[in-house]
Amino acid sequence: MRVTFTANGKPVEADDVWEGESLLYVLRERVGLPGSKNACEQGECGSCTVYLDGVPVCSCLVAAGQVQDREVRTVEGLAEESGELGLVQQAFIDAGAVQCGFCTPGLLVQTDALLDNEPQPSDNDIREALSGNLCRCTGYEKIMDAVRLASARKCAKAASE
Amino acid sequence: MSTRTIQGQKNLQDIRTSSPDGIGGSPLRPDGNLKVRGEFAYSSDMWHEDMLWGMALRSPHPRANLISVDISEALKVPGVYAVLTHKDIPGSKFYGLEIQDQPALAIDKVRYHGEAIALVAADHPETARRAVKKIKVEYEVLTPIVTEEQCLDPQTHGYVHEPHEYKSHGYDNICHEQKLVSGLGVTDEVRALADVVVSGHYEVGMQDQAFLGPESGLAVPAEDGGIDLYVATQWLHVDREQMAPVLALPEEKVRLTLAGVGGAFGGREDLSMQIHASLLALHTGKPVKIVYARDESFFGHVHRHPAKMYYEHGATRDGKLVYADARIVLDGGAYASASPAVVGNAASLGHGPYVIPNVRMHAIALYSNNPSCGAMRGFGAVQAAFGYESQMDKLAAELGIDPVELRQLNAMAEGDYMPTGQKIDSPAPVAELLQRVKDMPLPPPLDLDNLDIRQVPGALSNTSHGEGIVRGIGYSVGIKNVGFSEGFDDYSTARVRLEVIGGEPVAMVHTAMAEVGQGGVTVHAQIARTELGVEQVTIHPANTEVGSAGSTSASRQTYMTGGAVKLAAEAVKQALITKGRRRYGWDQNDIDLVGGKVVSESAGVLVSMVDLLGEEAIDLTREHHHRPTVPFDKETGQGFGHVQYTFCANRAVVDVDVDLGLVKVVELTAVQDVGKALNPLSVVGQIQGGVTQALGLAVMEEIVVKDGKVRNASFTDYLIPTILDTPPIPVEILELPDPNAPYGLRGVGEAPTVSATPSIVAAIRAATGIALNRIPVRPEHLTGTL
Repeated sequence: MRVTFTANGKPVEADDVWEGESLLYVLRERVGLPGSKNACEQGECGSCTVYLDGVPVCSCLVAAGQVQDREVRTVEGLAEESGELGLVQQAFIDAGAVQCGFCTPGLLVQTDALLDNEPQPSDNDIREALSGNLCRCTGYEKIMDAVRLASARKCAKAASE
Repeated sequence: MSTRTIQGQKNLQDIRTSSPDGIGGSPLRPDGNLKVRGEFAYSSDMWHEDMLWGMALRSPHPRANLISVDISEALKVPGVYAVLTHKDIPGSKFYGLEIQDQPALAIDKVRYHGEAIALVAADHPETARRAVKKIKVEYEVLTPIVTEEQCLDPQTHGYVHEPHEYKSHGYDNICHEQKLVSGLGVTDEVRALADVVVSGHYEVGMQDQAFLGPESGLAVPAEDGGIDLYVATQWLHVDREQMAPVLALPEEKVRLTLAGVGGAFGGREDLSMQIHASLLALHTGKPVKIVYARDESFFGHVHRHPAKMYYEHGATRDGKLVYADARIVLDGGAYASASPAVVGNAASLGHGPYVIPNVRMHAIALYSNNPSCGAMRGFGAVQAAFGYESQMDKLAAELGIDPVELRQLNAMAEGDYMPTGQKIDSPAPVAELLQRVKDMPLPPPLDLDNLDIRQVPGALSNTSHGEGIVRGIGYSVGIKNVGFSEGFDDYSTARVRLEVIGGEPVAMVHTAMAEVGQGGVTVHAQIARTELGVEQVTIHPANTEVGSAGSTSASRQTYMTGGAVKLAAEAVKQALITKGRRRYGWDQNDIDLVGGKVVSESAGVLVSMVDLLGEEAIDLTREHHHRPTVPFDKETGQGFGHVQYTFCANRAVVDVDVDLGLVKVVELTAVQDVGKALNPLSVVGQIQGGVTQALGLAVMEEIVVKDGKVRNASFTDYLIPTILDTPPIPVEILELPDPNAPYGLRGVGEAPTVSATPSIVAAIRAATGIALNRIPVRPEHLTGTL
């Protein structure tokens, strides 16, 4: 089947999609967006998290056909239009929250969504919001730092605007 | 002489300290930008026009004879390009890290659940999956050999490898053993010297590395008949060394390039898909990509050895250790992997960082029909630490001594001797680490009146509202070796090139080091900046075009490959200075490279590196070998076996819901001596990640194996800590330089994983009063409902 949808603001089209393919597979193998990662492919680790119509989902659990005519935003779409890193992306680098980085794309999308809803989350809010994203390298402490840093920068930016 | 003195010494120092991105600084990862953009190419992201997907058929039985394997139906599936069995292997059928006992594809029997039997290459992963299901295998299912008793009684239960099948050694299902005796050993006379004796049996479950990036890679057949493999691994050259004989190719025709690695933790030391993808690619003439699904990942790599241990310690009334006796039985599973070295570690480090006058130890690794076990972070020292640290708490309780004081009373220090007879010839601040961790401020008590239920074990499922919670505190300290031991010439190679690009001096660092997330690439750039006085450093992709870097394991890469980068950069620096001496006739002995210039303490700036280099590049390669070690004596365990030791101390604070049997770790503190923190941000990150894996082992992580079958090969059932399970992790680092190591550094990555688990269990014991002797601690251990 053919699936057409919007990925990071651009229309995309995938042909010969087998009915059982996931959105994750289509993104990674058919439309050249491998940023979303394939760690468990059963919705347990959060590495493949993308926005679907503005809501973070595990793209491995979304059938390709479900995204027909819908909007997908992946980690590749988190940077500014100028090409500069987005605020959450930069915070993850600055805080040392990226080690192997395999969990990072999913965490970035989930953190972006968290801060959209709650610009100043408490530590418990952060832990709850990110509890579906496994990281095996960092011990999460620097991820906490990154989210706190992104929150502070986001609030400072909002205050200055 | 064209020397211009334009700066005084003060300015010179300003230049010298002007780069915050040299060693001791915390520059950002060179790969960080790509990683947060989703543009960093991990091994599972590899893609090639016309590539095929490879997949393996794996055994559902832990022990069976293969009566027949019929691939005819699988070959008929449209889109299938190849179906291969061991008969299609052109070269040696076996490989292995230390002992070549593992068939690349099962030959006439399978020895563990998940062993690969046949391979398929197809145009879509689903096609491959369907074809795999069409392969018909007739098994004669045999009773698996899975317990210690069964393994050690082969006359009754049989051999995992029949004696005539052994590739190089082994007997009675024992893969390797190491004994150790020091002082008088443990005899009745020695026992009589102790006022107090404590003993216990301890058990460690099978932990998994559970790296997030699945085993994967792309094999591309080359025109010269060789293969180009892009792969996530820990050691490119040892992969090649094992692959080439199986593929019947000379090593130079097996070219490996490191693709992005999504974590490793020891699980990528052994081959996984490397041979399989290459066989399929060579057979079909097309690029073949293999990406393990998560269940296949659990089957496709070796795990941490589960252990059964007996420990006995004798001490005087005032707490001085008199003797220690231990037996450690590690289940190595079907194939040897790194079991011999793991046994060596367990035996030599198995009594902990303590001075004990009389010691006896017997460590063995078994062959069984359980999943193969090999390298995982901590490598044989983890299991033992749970044993000896549990014993220290038991002894402290018996003597009525504070557990930290008891440990300090017996702590080893520089100048003391290991039970192997090896003198500790660099700082060993065991007592100080314990003191510092004890002195760190404690977290506030749980405020039941203002409770956020997310802080409480089990509360998110609404099973509790904070009633029945007790808090406990536990301490631990551990010891880990750095680098490969027992006489292994563990070297690393680095190539450093200095040239002018865009009007700037630029250094390029080329090594075969596997960057698995630990930050080696960042540190290599820091070293080159520091040694060459340049800002711009590029890191060449790691591949087999340069000499071996050894493994990214054993906490050795910064020491070994960092050391090689230092040597190569120093050589480049000397070559540049020599060039300047020849051209300008400098006679100063205090010439250095700083801030892109050649400078002299006495004469100031001599020339810019750009002017001196001109069009010419200086490109030099150096090897770094650590000081030699020797194998341990088989019977006595004596010998200078380890390169370096590293120590970490921990304090765990836990809340336990005694009704539900649930544990919430409230805080997990680590204090570690790192010798010299080349990159403090990365060092702290390594320690925090390391203790979190220890937390996993303490309270949740275990591959459940029943009758040789893996019951939880998924992230649904094999639980690793989430951010909700993981507490704040305060870290303090000490920097006491090791005179034998580059920059005085100590390997960092493993020590926290060795030491932290016992502190958590000690804290749970303190909270509940229950004598816990098995990890992971499960709810039923705490509620008495086992």
